[in-house]
Amino acid sequence: MISFEELKRSFLVSLWFVFLTFPILVIKANPIERTIIWRWENMFFVAIGSFVLSILIRVVNTQKTKRLERRSASDSDTTTSEPLIQVILQNPRYLYPLAGAVTVFALVFPYLFDTYQTNIMTTALMYVVLGLGLNIVVGMAGLLDLGFVAFYAVGAYSYALLNAHFGIGFWMALPIGALFAASFGIILGFPVLRLRGDYLAIVTLGFGEIIRLILENWNEFSQGPSGISNIPRPGMFGIELSLEAAILYIYYIMVALVIVTIFVVNRLQDSRLGRAWIALREDEIACQAMGIDKTKTKLTAFALGATWAGMMGVIFAAKTTFINPASFTFLESAIILSIVVLGGMGSILGVIVGALVLILLPEYLRALSDYRMLAFGAILVVMMIFKPQGIISNVRRTYKYQKQKSGDVQ
Amino acid sequence: MNNTILKVSGLSMHFGGIQALKQLDLEVNRGEIVALIGPNGAGKTTFFNCVTGIYNPTEGDVILHTLQGKTSRLNGLKPNKVTEKGMARTFQNIRLFQSMTVLENVMIGRHCRTHSFILGAILRTPGNRQEEQAIIERSHEILEIVGLADEVDNYARNLSYGAQRRLEIARALATDPSLLLLDEPAAGMNPQETQELVQLILRLRDQGYSILLIEHDMKLVMTLSNRIYVMDYGEKIAQGTPEEIQSNPVVIKAYLGEDLDA
Repeated sequence: MISFEELKRSFLVSLWFVFLTFPILVIKANPIERTIIWRWENMFFVAIGSFVLSILIRVVNTQKTKRLERRSASDSDTTTSEPLIQVILQNPRYLYPLAGAVTVFALVFPYLFDTYQTNIMTTALMYVVLGLGLNIVVGMAGLLDLGFVAFYAVGAYSYALLNAHFGIGFWMALPIGALFAASFGIILGFPVLRLRGDYLAIVTLGFGEIIRLILENWNEFSQGPSGISNIPRPGMFGIELSLEAAILYIYYIMVALVIVTIFVVNRLQDSRLGRAWIALREDEIACQAMGIDKTKTKLTAFALGATWAGMMGVIFAAKTTFINPASFTFLESAIILSIVVLGGMGSILGVIVGALVLILLPEYLRALSDYRMLAFGAILVVMMIFKPQGIISNVRRTYKYQKQKSGDVQ
Repeated sequence: MNNTILKVSGLSMHFGGIQALKQLDLEVNRGEIVALIGPNGAGKTTFFNCVTGIYNPTEGDVILHTLQGKTSRLNGLKPNKVTEKGMARTFQNIRLFQSMTVLENVMIGRHCRTHSFILGAILRTPGNRQEEQAIIERSHEILEIVGLADEVDNYARNLSYGAQRRLEIARALATDPSLLLLDEPAAGMNPQETQELVQLILRLRDQGYSILLIEHDMKLVMTLSNRIYVMDYGEKIAQGTPEEIQSNPVVIKAYLGEDLDA
């Protein structure tokens, strides 16, 4: 099954890894006692580990090619075995019970696990919505936006400042924050209308940094790096909630918002506007030549994407009760972008799974303590190697056509 | 002048110091197939780009009289406006939306004839649903015209080359054009596919579309067109019926060079 040639290659790979990790994992200098500790056992582990992994990857790859060969040989055009997940997605008989089960699980989640878990889950759900928002801009309209966190910050500061100056409550701030973020989306959209790809990425990156720097330096406006504290948690008809109840409350608000977001984004994706976005991503010139207004389409993508970020900003401010510019760095944008890319560009379910994986995984990897982020990075790399199109790739829907105009759309 | 669909007069285009088009006049009448030919680099595609709004011509006028009886001046308009006014095009190098299905590609063409927007999409009102269903029905009809009805759910990238070309035409048809501009529709096709294309173009003309095409396949041009315009170095060097063009010494010189011995 494994040839000598492959063994040799794996051996070389492990040697290479030993060489790479040698300075970090083997040599340990103690500057106080001026001694060097040689941890040879680590070198041994790295060698064995990388060798076994490399062999595993080879075996998986050969089996994959064998499977593909067998498939093309047996000429199974009519019964192409679609991945299980796509079968479920395309058949409402499976999809609806599954969605129902997930919803029920989400609803009883706080009673099964402790407050800490609920809190993490709330954060994960926030990133689901952020991911779905960015998915409109990057996944559907194909506009690479590296400054998405700016809209998140706009939402958070809208609530914090409106509350501090005018005493506006959470439920009023939610739509206002969304609206502010949407306007900022349009403000960013106008100057970048002509840009695409790398250039657009750079400008949006700059935009994100500008917003953060303004918040950091304009003390009279945003209280600078010290941030704004004592932001009230969401109110429930004026009832004073205990800390635990408030966490529970925000969790349920998030569950509701996720459901609303999925509903809206799903409908947008299959609409006239959604198709225009995808056409814009595929070919800008052809898209215009087919009568699509590029300006309008791009601006709506920016505005609608930013709307969700704004809403999440308000939730974030209400959840943590304290915000400062340090929460809105480029890293945040990068994480949201990874969610979209890792999950599968343009695929709603993919983005949801991507968000849950990317936010929950580092939490559950805490058992690995120091190596937590290393393991996390490794998992991301491996995932992108084996599934470059994302966890769940997007499949275009099909339409039913009836000669008798019964108006039935699947 | 009710019979004219497109009237281009004195069209010029400069790129910096280079003059790509010089004082070009061209007319397309209702129900006609007009061909624009010329050696490589003569400026044919530049002409298309000027007419459809991708470039903004330096001088001249492009006037479109639609089948609905509207007259509009097209130069200076954006490409999407030009399409909205009633002129659709295909591209020399295929520009389909590869990761969309065949049907969706055509549905994009219906974009400028429909109106639903954000709220309509989210709320999915009865009017909105009706419009959506109408888009699907019309797109399907158009795919039947070009013979791609069996491929509706296939991805555009999976189609054969000839089928991709026909899908481009279908997509252009979906915008309800008065005039169809085809940029080298037969490029890269085998004889069988070219034959099917000729049949399709003739069928479209019979259905009332007027067609302006750029083509290098002389056999196709001569069999299809009612009139031919010949360009070289950005200038019109000849115009006339296929027979006139075939025997025109200026055209022969442009294609074969100065020293004509054989």
